[in-house]
Amino acid sequence: MTPPKTSDALLVIVPAYNEAGAIAGVVADIRQHVPGVPVLVIDDGSVDQTAHAARAAGAEVLPLPHHLGLGGCVQAGYKLAFELGFEYVIRVDGDGQHDARDIPRVLEELRTSGCEMVIGSRFLTPGAGHTGVVRRLGIWFFRMVLRPILGKPVRDPTSGFVGVNRRALQVFSVSFPLEYPEIETLVVLQRRRFRFAEVPCKMRPRVAGRSSITALKSLYYITHVLLGVFVNILKYEGRLRRPVESGPERGD
Amino acid sequence: MDRLLNVTTGVSILLLILVLGSLRRAHIRVEYSVSWVLAGVALLVLSRNRALLEAMGRTMGLVDAPVALLMVAGAVFLLMFFRFSVIISHLRDDNIALAQRVAILEYHLRSLQSSHGD
Repeated sequence: MTPPKTSDALLVIVPAYNEAGAIAGVVADIRQHVPGVPVLVIDDGSVDQTAHAARAAGAEVLPLPHHLGLGGCVQAGYKLAFELGFEYVIRVDGDGQHDARDIPRVLEELRTSGCEMVIGSRFLTPGAGHTGVVRRLGIWFFRMVLRPILGKPVRDPTSGFVGVNRRALQVFSVSFPLEYPEIETLVVLQRRRFRFAEVPCKMRPRVAGRSSITALKSLYYITHVLLGVFVNILKYEGRLRRPVESGPERGD
Repeated sequence: MDRLLNVTTGVSILLLILVLGSLRRAHIRVEYSVSWVLAGVALLVLSRNRALLEAMGRTMGLVDAPVALLMVAGAVFLLMFFRFSVIISHLRDDNIALAQRVAILEYHLRSLQSSHGD
């Protein structure tokens, strides 16, 4: 992948960990619905054939030397995109749950709204999301927590279908939550007075593999994310004063 | 009381032998062994110097001097564990940043190689 020739170039990134069964379909889906847009699969130390399958499907692959977790994996993609000079980056999950037909809608919103982040939301269209009762309850809980912090409602705070512009890329390539980043990134953006918008998107059942958040991990997830949210609020002032530094966000 | 202090003496000597042995075999770096050596020496001195221990117990408002010793030891180890948690967090952050940098550099290298190959 070479640096983009236009000033408003888009890169689609796909974080993937042991998604050999789904990644080829995800890449093909993206290439079909946004032709000509480079696709970067970030292989988070998979032990299966994820990288090979992604290359065979026509994607560029950024293989991480070992497993970093979702946040470290996504941040690696953001860093590369920022270094190469991309203006927009849209993240699509590697498990096949996101519909690539929604990518143009996210991009259009990024371009026209001026928001730093656009979230593909499952809950703006009735019946568009495939989520269980427990997960819905969790999402509702975080909506309630985030509402006063963000100053506006967010319908799908746990969505991994996210587009960002270069201003957000600059922030995320320096500081990004390491585990379960979706909710914390909203707070990170809000603390910098960046804006976000939501556009409707469809969610499909997983093509292969399992979700990283099992029932047993839910409690850990909630505690971890809550702590991360409040830590991000508390360190706002310090961060503003601190010069740009490299490395992931501490305390994740 | 004497038995407890003897046990504490034994533990502190064992700790010092373990730390110094690990240092000699380069299993532990000097900068991370200093806290353990200091903790071991402090435990040894307090468990062998009853006057000092009793003075410390009185200062802390404790009648039983060995309890004061245990409390101090507990507090010291808690602080050390916290310090090591900070160090581990730094190491993890550095490790992630390095892994990302290695991956990006490898990516650029491959791109260069393939562009030269064309």
